[in-house]
Amino acid sequence: MRYVRAFVRFWWDFIVGDDWRAAAGIAGLLALTWFLEHERYNIWWLLPVGIALVLVESVRREARGGS
Amino acid sequence: MSSNILLFLTTFFASAVEAVEALTIVLAVGVVRGWRSTLIGVAAAGVVLAVVVAALGPALRHIPIDTLRFVVGALLLAFGIQWLRKAILRASGYKPLHDEGEAFARERRVAAEMPSESGGMDWYSFTVAFKGVLLEGLEVVFIVVTFGSTQGKLGLAAAAAAAAVVVVVAVGAVVRGPLERVPENTLKYAVGVLLTSFGVFWAGEGAGVDWPGSDLAILGIVAFLAAVSFALTGYLRRAPRPVVADA
Repeated sequence: MRYVRAFVRFWWDFIVGDDWRAAAGIAGLLALTWFLEHERYNIWWLLPVGIALVLVESVRREARGGS
Repeated sequence: MSSNILLFLTTFFASAVEAVEALTIVLAVGVVRGWRSTLIGVAAAGVVLAVVVAALGPALRHIPIDTLRFVVGALLLAFGIQWLRKAILRASGYKPLHDEGEAFARERRVAAEMPSESGGMDWYSFTVAFKGVLLEGLEVVFIVVTFGSTQGKLGLAAAAAAAAVVVVVAVGAVVRGPLERVPENTLKYAVGVLLTSFGVFWAGEGAGVDWPGSDLAILGIVAFLAAVSFALTGYLRRAPRPVVADA
């Protein structure tokens, strides 16, 4: 059980890191992009702009000392 | 062509950063406790990493390219944004800069305090070297396999990573100490921008986005995210700051 926990912890740290909100924001943006593209909307700008906003918010939160 | 150069540079610099960190650990343990068990640990980690690459590489060829790009792009985004966030916070003074000299001194201190075993294998040296090389190496493998498989250029990505490891180890062997002068934080900043940009491009392609300018869109995304990052760094440098404990 200890090894399973360590394994899961390793991958969580590796992929999600110390800001799960940023990871959740990325997942939400990807889902929205996928959905809108499959509804035939041409929204190529959504992902770069959305990721920039996720980055700004994540940095701002950590700079303020929040987690 | 431009995407090939970007792919090579991103893989090279990302691998170099990880190799510097692994080398720091290996040097500290090897210098204090001897090289035999340390190098066996390095070799064992190398074998495990080779097995991971051998297993992952062919398996990825069976996944449809759009699905692969979407998943790889998402992983790169999550991974790249972590690098970029830390690099911005370090560049703006909200986090202490990563110091390989300090890391080397810390590893050396801990290694000297551990009891040594007489004769045979020194399991402390083996374990620390094995873990250090395996963990840093897994990040290199992740970048090589994702970049290589998504663009169908596994050989180019592997060559860039191998070149980075050779350069770092050669320089480490010459200076016989931690590579303190490598501008690691600057490299991490650049690699963070590149990983996030490739993540946006591939995840978008996998989701069905038709990028204006096709592959050239990568350059636009890199420029855009670099501009946002620099602006954010500049803003934070000027902003009044609370005292933040290092994470």
